[in-house]
Amino acid sequence: MKGDAVQTTLLRPGPLRALARDTHLTRLLVMLLVLIIFFAIVKTDGFFNLLTWQSMAIQFPEFGLMALGVMLTMVTAGIDLSVVGVANMASIGAAVVMLSMAPKGADPATATGAIAVAICLALAIGATAGALNGFLVAKVRIPPILATLGSFELYTGIAILITGGKPKSGLPNLYGQVFAGKLFGLIPVPLIVFAVAAVLIWLLMTKTAFGTKIYMLGTNATAARFSGLNTTSLLVRTYMISGIYASLAGLVMLANYNSAKADYGSTYTLLAVLIVVLGGVNPNGGSGRLIGVVLAILILQILSSGLNMFPNISNFYRPLIWGGVLLAVITANHLSGRRSHRRIAKRKGLPQ
Amino acid sequence: MSQLVRKAIRSNEFYVFLVIAAVCLLIQARSGQFFTANNLVDLANAMVVPGLFAIGAFLVIVSGGIDVSFPALASLAVYAVTRLLVDSHYQGGILLPFALVIGLGAVLGAFNGLFTSRLTVPSLIITLGTANVFSGVMQGALSSVQIPKIPPAMADFGRGSLFVATNPVSGLTSSMPVSFLILLAVLAAVFFLLRYTMFGRGVFAIGGDGSAAARAGFSVRWTKFWLYVIVGVIAAVAGLIRTCGMGQMHPTNLLGMEMMVIAAVVLGGTAITGGTGSLTGVMLGTLLIVIVENSMILLGIPTFWQQFSLGLLIIVGTGISALQIARSGNGLRAALR
Repeated sequence: MKGDAVQTTLLRPGPLRALARDTHLTRLLVMLLVLIIFFAIVKTDGFFNLLTWQSMAIQFPEFGLMALGVMLTMVTAGIDLSVVGVANMASIGAAVVMLSMAPKGADPATATGAIAVAICLALAIGATAGALNGFLVAKVRIPPILATLGSFELYTGIAILITGGKPKSGLPNLYGQVFAGKLFGLIPVPLIVFAVAAVLIWLLMTKTAFGTKIYMLGTNATAARFSGLNTTSLLVRTYMISGIYASLAGLVMLANYNSAKADYGSTYTLLAVLIVVLGGVNPNGGSGRLIGVVLAILILQILSSGLNMFPNISNFYRPLIWGGVLLAVITANHLSGRRSHRRIAKRKGLPQ
Repeated sequence: MSQLVRKAIRSNEFYVFLVIAAVCLLIQARSGQFFTANNLVDLANAMVVPGLFAIGAFLVIVSGGIDVSFPALASLAVYAVTRLLVDSHYQGGILLPFALVIGLGAVLGAFNGLFTSRLTVPSLIITLGTANVFSGVMQGALSSVQIPKIPPAMADFGRGSLFVATNPVSGLTSSMPVSFLILLAVLAAVFFLLRYTMFGRGVFAIGGDGSAAARAGFSVRWTKFWLYVIVGVIAAVAGLIRTCGMGQMHPTNLLGMEMMVIAAVVLGGTAITGGTGSLTGVMLGTLLIVIVENSMILLGIPTFWQQFSLGLLIIVGTGISALQIARSGNGLRAALR
């Protein structure tokens, strides 16, 4: 029983102690600090400009929201590769509604109504698309990778069918003013949307039974089923949330680009997966924390904006950097995982 | 004989074949242009590059993984080789380009293999990463641009034809490319590899159950590593054939083809969970997708429908395959996952 007492003091949450125990989180924080210090020294003027930070806060919610959804699916040992397709389909749906209900020159009242309907429709599209993904994964039992790659093609195909491959523009000005505006002239609205969405996910994952259940499902699906969890409903709900978050990302993209098109954000699929893996979520399911994912989003956005300040570095290097970081992170996780296995084995006197 | 028929009726390939036959008859009835000599040769021509890619993707899927990096791998290998040859004003034969592309494909495949054989991370995530590294190297480090004039030997190879088929009604001609022979050769080589070598049996064993394969004495790491090297070589050869056939180097022409190829493999009855599948099925699946893509024009369907129908094909195809696995007895493990 003495061991139990030691265990409880060790587990007592203190911010520093938690950090020391979660080596991955420490690694992310150090990475973030190193990046900030590096850019602060090399590009002092650009980096300490309020505008730089504001433009970052407008940009990262686009892929950040998608990453939050992908994180949930990856905790259940799945993945959602259709987020970009859902986002584009939802934003095109919203654009079509706005254009038909409030064409150019409509009065503000009609425009407000049109925007409200459009937002509801976009979220409904996201929920439906996500539910279809969940159905394919949970009921038809297609491996999540293939199911969502297939539905990505399907949703992008629908988006192309609606638009004929051309961009939809000419939205009511009000939409851009609200969604791409700044609260108190300082805080960009997309940042607020992202913050609220992240807090909701945090509450969902840590304070509700649903959160605990998806961790159980991801750790061991068979055990979860035999302990009486309705895995089908859990998976459908998880993918629905991912779809809704992707459609929110679509609404942010619609405001940022002031138009909707079937092939916007094509690099975001990789970016979202990269963020989630970098944030310490195990691709085989069952573990991962929101704070890690949020740190990973910040790291990638700062890296991206920082690189933009070097005009001689071509944009085409970006996939190389994303891909390289992804490979480096999974390799580092693999190596440190092996080391901690060895340490435990040594402590217990087991053969290594 | 009756046993053979019963076996055929139960196989997946038989149903894909029926679907192909139905689609062919439908297109023939609607357009009257399907069973013409030149259309059939066109289809064979369009089969070559997707067919080669599909063989590579099939190998990976059978081993229980999934590879989305082969278009980027092929583009990088072929771009680097073409750039080198064009810059050095290469005037020699076709053998050197092939040798270089095969070498580079093997190196890039080994890069994939290094990660996939050592990490327990799903190979999709690894190959998503390597695909971006490959295209980043091509577009960033090599600052790729379209190369309008490729070395004469490559252009000649692309124009070379086995025979020419003429449509008696419209007078249109289509020529059967020499590269079709390469598809047949690779098909035969991979068939032999899978059926008669320990390596090939190992690929199936790992896909069925990795730890059981390890217990049975297969070196999982070794097999996976060399598997990705082979897939890299096949993909790079396919890329070279496409560049020769087009007569110019489009660096981004192949990118985005991975979904269509994976769909073809899965439609052909290859189990998405690994361990089972046949080359016959892969070729039939590829043929079905190529027919659907090529015949939309014959049927007068706008190309906007292409991506939508591809997505639908993938979902329906993988769905049927997944339901079959869940229903069959030995799929109990997969069903419980």
